[in-house]
Amino acid sequence: MFKIIHAQFLAPGIKRFVIDAPRIARKQKPGQFVILRIYEEGERIPVTIENSDPERGTINIVVQSAGKTTNLLNSLNTGDSILDVVGPLGKPSEIANYGTVVVVGGGVGTAMAYPTAAALKRAGNRVLSIVGARSKELVILESEMRAVSDALMISTDDGSYADKGFVTDKLRQLIQNGTRIDLVVAVGPIVMMKAVSELTRQENIHTVVSLNPIMIDGTGMCGGCRVLIDGKSQFACVDGPEFDGHKVDFGVLVQRNSMYRECEQLSMEEFKRNQHTCVATFQEVQGAQR
Amino acid sequence: MSPATKSKNPVPMKERMKVPRQLMPEQAAEERAHNFEEVNLGYSAELAQREAQRCLECAKPTCTENCPVGVKVKEFVELIVAGDFLAAAAKVREDCVLPAITGRVCPQEDQCEGKCLLSKKVKPLGIGYLERFVADYEQKMGTHVVPKVAPTGKKVAVVGSGPSGLTVAGDLIQKGHKVRVFEALHEIGGVLVYGIPEFRLPKQIVREQIDYMHEMGVEFETDVVVGRTVTIDELMEEEGYDAVYIGTGAGLPQFMNIPGEHLNGVYSANEFLTRINLMKAYKFPVYDEPMLDLHGKNVAVIGGGNTALDAIRSALRLGAAKAYVLYRRSEAEMPARAEEVHHAQQEGIDFQMLTAPVEFLSDGKGWLTAARCVRMELGEPDSSGRRRPLPVAGSEFDLPLSVAIMAIGTTANPIVQTTTPGLGTNKRGYIVASEETQRTTRKGVFAGGDIVTGAATVILAMGAGRRAAKSIHEYLTTGEW
Repeated sequence: MFKIIHAQFLAPGIKRFVIDAPRIARKQKPGQFVILRIYEEGERIPVTIENSDPERGTINIVVQSAGKTTNLLNSLNTGDSILDVVGPLGKPSEIANYGTVVVVGGGVGTAMAYPTAAALKRAGNRVLSIVGARSKELVILESEMRAVSDALMISTDDGSYADKGFVTDKLRQLIQNGTRIDLVVAVGPIVMMKAVSELTRQENIHTVVSLNPIMIDGTGMCGGCRVLIDGKSQFACVDGPEFDGHKVDFGVLVQRNSMYRECEQLSMEEFKRNQHTCVATFQEVQGAQR
Repeated sequence: MSPATKSKNPVPMKERMKVPRQLMPEQAAEERAHNFEEVNLGYSAELAQREAQRCLECAKPTCTENCPVGVKVKEFVELIVAGDFLAAAAKVREDCVLPAITGRVCPQEDQCEGKCLLSKKVKPLGIGYLERFVADYEQKMGTHVVPKVAPTGKKVAVVGSGPSGLTVAGDLIQKGHKVRVFEALHEIGGVLVYGIPEFRLPKQIVREQIDYMHEMGVEFETDVVVGRTVTIDELMEEEGYDAVYIGTGAGLPQFMNIPGEHLNGVYSANEFLTRINLMKAYKFPVYDEPMLDLHGKNVAVIGGGNTALDAIRSALRLGAAKAYVLYRRSEAEMPARAEEVHHAQQEGIDFQMLTAPVEFLSDGKGWLTAARCVRMELGEPDSSGRRRPLPVAGSEFDLPLSVAIMAIGTTANPIVQTTTPGLGTNKRGYIVASEETQRTTRKGVFAGGDIVTGAATVILAMGAGRRAAKSIHEYLTTGEW
């Protein structure tokens, strides 16, 4: 059982949880993730670690509502518990002094980009950050990102905040302005990471992306998270999650992530239909555990 | 036993060969092919006693010699003949901490039963069936005795809660050491819970065995990936463990690296079985973990081991219309347990021997539609001593499939090795450990099971656990490395 010390919405449908997980808090490094299962019949899903506090023994995770599990998770509050949280998983980001690094965070991916940006800053890099979101209310961690960046650029798809456009527009501007860029780190939706990688490929700028395939165990045992890198199968949980963006077959990633779409829709429809009872029963169980 | 002790067996020695091996009652093939209930139903007390009476009571029991954990077969079988089933169970437990499990999943034909004197003339003694009987009897009576021992004050960390880790834990707790088992998944049991299906090893049986270890004082901590959540060095230096046993198991599933292996519908056997066994995806949507709907679909497994058969028999139970085993050698070379092959044949699994896929074909939208296969013939023996399969020119054919499951073996999981400085590995990445003592190249660190040998069987992993427990106890007692 992992207790939720604090839960708070950062944006509509995006919630941050501070979780009591001393072992993970001690070991977490930027770029790593956890796998969690919220109740006995639940599935195991990988979730971004935004930050950790080794002294307090807590980790912060950020979750965006998408399917049944994330919706149920985001119905949890301070004082509730999550049945299983395991991690930190995956290889940490490679932190070094590269020179000038552009860190791109798209949507909830910003939560995973943030600790990497902070670590790159501490390592002496000039960090230029680009945060993108669909609209104003979905921009998260703006002040946190600003604090660890030499410059922060924001774009929204609909122009409801900062500049209208995509993160790639901002990146293209930087390149066109003649900014020397030694590394790009991009974390966000697959389409965004693909667009960033295509842009930087033309410019020959090394680009690291963080992949989010379907996973079960997270230790390399099941092979469900295999991704095609430079034509070869690799396991995102042990070989990644970060890979050279210019070598990733994004098409295969999108295709494999769609494998259970029918099941996911079914789960979600059922959840919506019974949302009230579902959450109520769940809360009752939580209450009994407390 | 002194020569004066008379056998309690009412069947005269020369009559024993005439008693046929008692058949294991089982669910009818046509029925069980559609459910996940256990195939074998277990001996009644009458059947068990009749079978036990077949034992020739050899002066030098080769069955025990050929058992990786050294179960005293003759002695426990005699206790069954005498009708003292609880004593028989206790006798098995002296050497095997998981009798209800080994009685079900050991390849007895390669171990105890393979060396049974009876097998020279007739069928061997049903040692596995008898072991299972006494373990189940003990469980049903609810009377297993928890041995009390004086604590030694020493602490041992066991990494991995599969068969070898559980054996180490069970043996060391009985020596008075404090034992804590760390498991990466959310359930205890390793391959016993994520790999072996319900119809061959009910999870309730595994839970009961683990509950018993709990009663004996073994501590368990789930959700800990040693190497990531905590390192071996931290366990020893900061958490005060005097010794560590690494039993992390088989590791990463292998693929064939043929075109189309990334298509939707191509699984590793580990993923397929984990979804079903650990995550209960066959109960979707009651359980949330999803599974492709196999009803009316063609499914094939590639490989010929127990894992391959577990996967394809699970697919059949999930409604597959056609369920194939594609194996590149012939039936004689198949590593699966004989009983599983027999059961699978009865259930209607289509064995395509001397056949291997060379490519997976798609519908153009990323979904598997067929396997392009080639027939093989056997050439000269290879490094494994088995005849090397060679493709027959011009034998290509397409087998329509919705799901293909790769069960062609595993490679070493690197997480513990890469985070433990000074821990020696071989060129395939497995941990180097002494065959006799299971000692690694690091003081106080022992290893055994699949992470040392590569994928093998439950009982061989338990055998390694047994040797490791003995040598850990020695190390903790003498302090000598």
